[in-house]
Amino acid sequence: MKKLLIFIVLGCIIGVITACREDELVVPTEYDLLPFDCNTKVNPIGLYVLNEGNMGSNKASIDFVDFKNAYYVRNMYAERNPTIIKELGDVGNDIQIYGSKIYAVINCSHKVEVMDAHTLVRIGQIDIPNCRYIKFDKGNAYVSAYVGPVAIDPDAQLGAVYRVDTASLAITGKCTVGYQPDELEIMGEYIYVANSGGYRVPKYDYTVSVVEMYGMTQVEKIPVGINLHRIRADKYGKLWVTSRGNYGSVRSKMFVLEKESRFSRKMVVTDTLDIPCSEMCIQGDSLYFYSVEWNNQEECNNITYGIIDVRTRQLISDHFITDGTEKDIEIPYGINVHPVTGDIYVTDAKNYVSSGALHCYTREGVKKWSVRTGDIPAHMVFLYK
Amino acid sequence: MAKAKNHHLALLIACMAFTHSAMSQSRLDSIQRLPEVVVKAQSYKEVIPAQTLKGIELEALRSHSVADALRYFSGVQLKDYGGVGGIKTVNIRSMGTNHMGVYYNGIELGNAQNGQVDLGKYSLENIEAVSLYNGQKSEIFQSAREFGSAGSIYLTTRYPKFKNGENCHLRAGLKVGSFDVFNPSITFDYKVSPTVSLSFNSEWMNASGKYKFRYRRVTPSGELAYDTTAVRQNGDIDAMRLEGGLHGFIPNGKWKVYLYHYSSERGIPGAIVNNVWRRGERLWDRNSFAQGMFEYDVNSKLSTKVNAKYAFDYTRYVNNDDKLIHVDNIYKQREAYLSWANKYSIFRNWELSAAYDFQWNGLSEYMNVDRTTHWLSLATALSLGDCFKLQASGLMTYVNEEQRDRDSAPDKIKFTPGVFLSYKPFSRHNFVARAFYKQSYRMPTFNDLYYTDMGNAYLKPETATQYNLGILYDIERNHHWFKFFKIGADVYYNDIDDKIVAYPKGQQFRWTMLNLGKVEIKGIDAQIGTTFGLPYTIDLTTKLQYTYQEAIDVTNPADNYYRHQIPYIPWHSGSAIVMLDWKGWHLNYSFIYTGERYNQQENIRYNHTQPWYTSDISLMKDFKIGKVNLKATAEVNNIFSQDYDVIINYPMPKRNYRFGIVVEL
Repeated sequence: MKKLLIFIVLGCIIGVITACREDELVVPTEYDLLPFDCNTKVNPIGLYVLNEGNMGSNKASIDFVDFKNAYYVRNMYAERNPTIIKELGDVGNDIQIYGSKIYAVINCSHKVEVMDAHTLVRIGQIDIPNCRYIKFDKGNAYVSAYVGPVAIDPDAQLGAVYRVDTASLAITGKCTVGYQPDELEIMGEYIYVANSGGYRVPKYDYTVSVVEMYGMTQVEKIPVGINLHRIRADKYGKLWVTSRGNYGSVRSKMFVLEKESRFSRKMVVTDTLDIPCSEMCIQGDSLYFYSVEWNNQEECNNITYGIIDVRTRQLISDHFITDGTEKDIEIPYGINVHPVTGDIYVTDAKNYVSSGALHCYTREGVKKWSVRTGDIPAHMVFLYK
Repeated sequence: MAKAKNHHLALLIACMAFTHSAMSQSRLDSIQRLPEVVVKAQSYKEVIPAQTLKGIELEALRSHSVADALRYFSGVQLKDYGGVGGIKTVNIRSMGTNHMGVYYNGIELGNAQNGQVDLGKYSLENIEAVSLYNGQKSEIFQSAREFGSAGSIYLTTRYPKFKNGENCHLRAGLKVGSFDVFNPSITFDYKVSPTVSLSFNSEWMNASGKYKFRYRRVTPSGELAYDTTAVRQNGDIDAMRLEGGLHGFIPNGKWKVYLYHYSSERGIPGAIVNNVWRRGERLWDRNSFAQGMFEYDVNSKLSTKVNAKYAFDYTRYVNNDDKLIHVDNIYKQREAYLSWANKYSIFRNWELSAAYDFQWNGLSEYMNVDRTTHWLSLATALSLGDCFKLQASGLMTYVNEEQRDRDSAPDKIKFTPGVFLSYKPFSRHNFVARAFYKQSYRMPTFNDLYYTDMGNAYLKPETATQYNLGILYDIERNHHWFKFFKIGADVYYNDIDDKIVAYPKGQQFRWTMLNLGKVEIKGIDAQIGTTFGLPYTIDLTTKLQYTYQEAIDVTNPADNYYRHQIPYIPWHSGSAIVMLDWKGWHLNYSFIYTGERYNQQENIRYNHTQPWYTSDISLMKDFKIGKVNLKATAEVNNIFSQDYDVIINYPMPKRNYRFGIVVEL
């Protein structure tokens, strides 16, 4: 009888701790107070942060720095769009605003999510396989994608740039470019696409594709360097292109592309900067950048920061964080600069599988605040009134 | 069934049987031929007894695979990616899959490439017993390698048994059910001579792997946000298994030769994420091995045992998804293994053993690497006055890594000790207190060392140290209505050092492997079991098992997840089984519970994963038509159709059914 009692007691204990399953709730939004004063007159009014989320986790998310109310709003999408099945998606790769709409490129969900820029309420989605980056011009969005036409040789799959009408969200054109195109930039009538060839290791692509945007035809391929990633225009009509290198003997580099002559449309590499660069942000004449390179000997990441003067192409500073707090950043993974105050925003991806951080520095490089983000905070865009 | 005539056979089965499931013995066909005395005599043989499932219990739980059965053991956590063909791996006491040794008829199943054995591939069809040991098997007469794992699973295949005058056995079975499962099997046993018998078993498994799953979310105010049901795609499997064995006895010894071949093609269903409901990954496997064992008692004091194995594994992985990088990789693994173990009895109560194992592993096509490993073990077992037992072992492991120009990995050497104690204070009561300390390790796998871009040739072995204290009490009263009662509990503390973790290399999800991690694990395992003999010859058996685990990451105080529970380890988990037996009818109800846990390192609400618990029922009936034995089974799994994920974004099936019939000649 005693044993029966023990049995029952033990059963009860288990019964009590056997917490039950509850209804799965919509992923909630969290609010954190930020240490600055509320100000209703600011413009831009906020900064969106797209967290990539680790592949397969379906944890891409959008956070917002509210400059007016001094809030950090974490994980807004699901709460604003509770009816969307499986939320925002898997691996966010780019976020941009055009007109009243915000576009989030969700790489492993093979779609571009289109939302109202102020409310983040969904307007629609554009299905583009393996989409990477987005740019806009004259009412159209241009999206680079790793996958273009079906190739006969599955290992030689060319990428494409898709044209999307931003009013109807319909795909209106497509142009095959190089292998695994990453960032793209629009200058004049041309789209410049940085081809990486990342699926073809070690036969990386090394070109920038030039696409004539009205006919959506590739008119030229400019040889630049292997495994290209970023491409940005400065206000002097130069293109700044980064190469990832091969993560070994060929190091990451920066290239400057300019018109061959004043009357030519042909862009050529006019300068190669032996400065490794993972990500950059051009603000006025300053190009802010950082780089993360693995050092096999020391078994650690070599992280560098710097500012380049886009006019002289000279490194004017090898750090933009001046108070020593850069050592708190494990892996810088995104950078943006406030167009008015000059505040510098740097995200930290940490170990990719836990919450990252967003750090804010003054233009002098002194840390103002830090906040916890979603997983792998990477892409940022300012929201204006 | 006839009494086992051979002393060795009796011992062998006693070794598998032990104390543990004595409760079901009175009804077990396979056990009945053991004279009761043998079992009793063995009851305080083990320093640390195993958890075992066999006979009718195993049959009643017989769902799909070995992994399903292991869910009923305390301290075990299963990672199940869902479906018939989905990968299933287990870890014991939060130490990670690589710390678990899986032994098939006494020889470890290896995977030098990634160290993970997919237990979903091993069908229960031909398995007679599944045993789990924390620490190591309480038997010093074993191969050196067996002293190495932090926990071990022993899968013992069915042993041919013949009635008097019988020399041939045929058993055919068919299972059909949800996921379009069609699963015929055949077993053939033949008695070649009074001392040699042959067994052959083959199975074919075909399933579309399609099942409905559901995702549902509600808003905090209780309104439905979304509710969608879809069909799991690309989870099909087509697998064939062939196994044959020759078992023989010689004066003072025995031998066994075993051949195994498994070949399969399957789809990998993949994660369900927004806008992606179907994936295009395919996997082809061919696993073959031949193994042999020879055991001989040289004289009354010295016994010797030789084990040998050669295995060849072929794997082809293809990613056909036209939206993603195209992959078509072939991996070939080869393994050669030889073990020689010796046991010497100094006195009747004091034994010594020494063993040496050698293994060669080679991987080709995708990576060309090989390694040789040598193990040397020394162990001793001592028992005093039938109330105190001690077992101590030391294992030396030496790994010789192949020299390569690019990244030659240094050789590794590791010594790991273990001490096991048990004490039975009362001669009239089956109350045993036990304790153990054990160090074990896992060697870096080929992927850890050499994987393109990710590998790190300088990795050290990962070390696990276990401390365990426990008690066990049981009573057995065969002629009372309260037939059997058992209660046991263990508390343990493990710590893992130099844990091999993937560390980000910065750009674009490039990782490397480093010996960075540190994990601290505290836990309790408890089991209770009873058997009642109710009126009208009804037997009622219950088994309850509960595990509490706190497994925290203590790598670096600066991490967000410092002292957080590690991913996918629930604090609470457990299972309950209730079995009713009446005149050849067996009704089994089982319940499995896994508590809340987190799917990433950080214990924040975005990573929270809800508990899941399923109830399964099976009904079995044995009957006879003439000389033919028949057994019919009907199973309903996940009766309440709970929609759950064991691993996030890998939905599990809702309610599903299975029916089976076995014909024995």
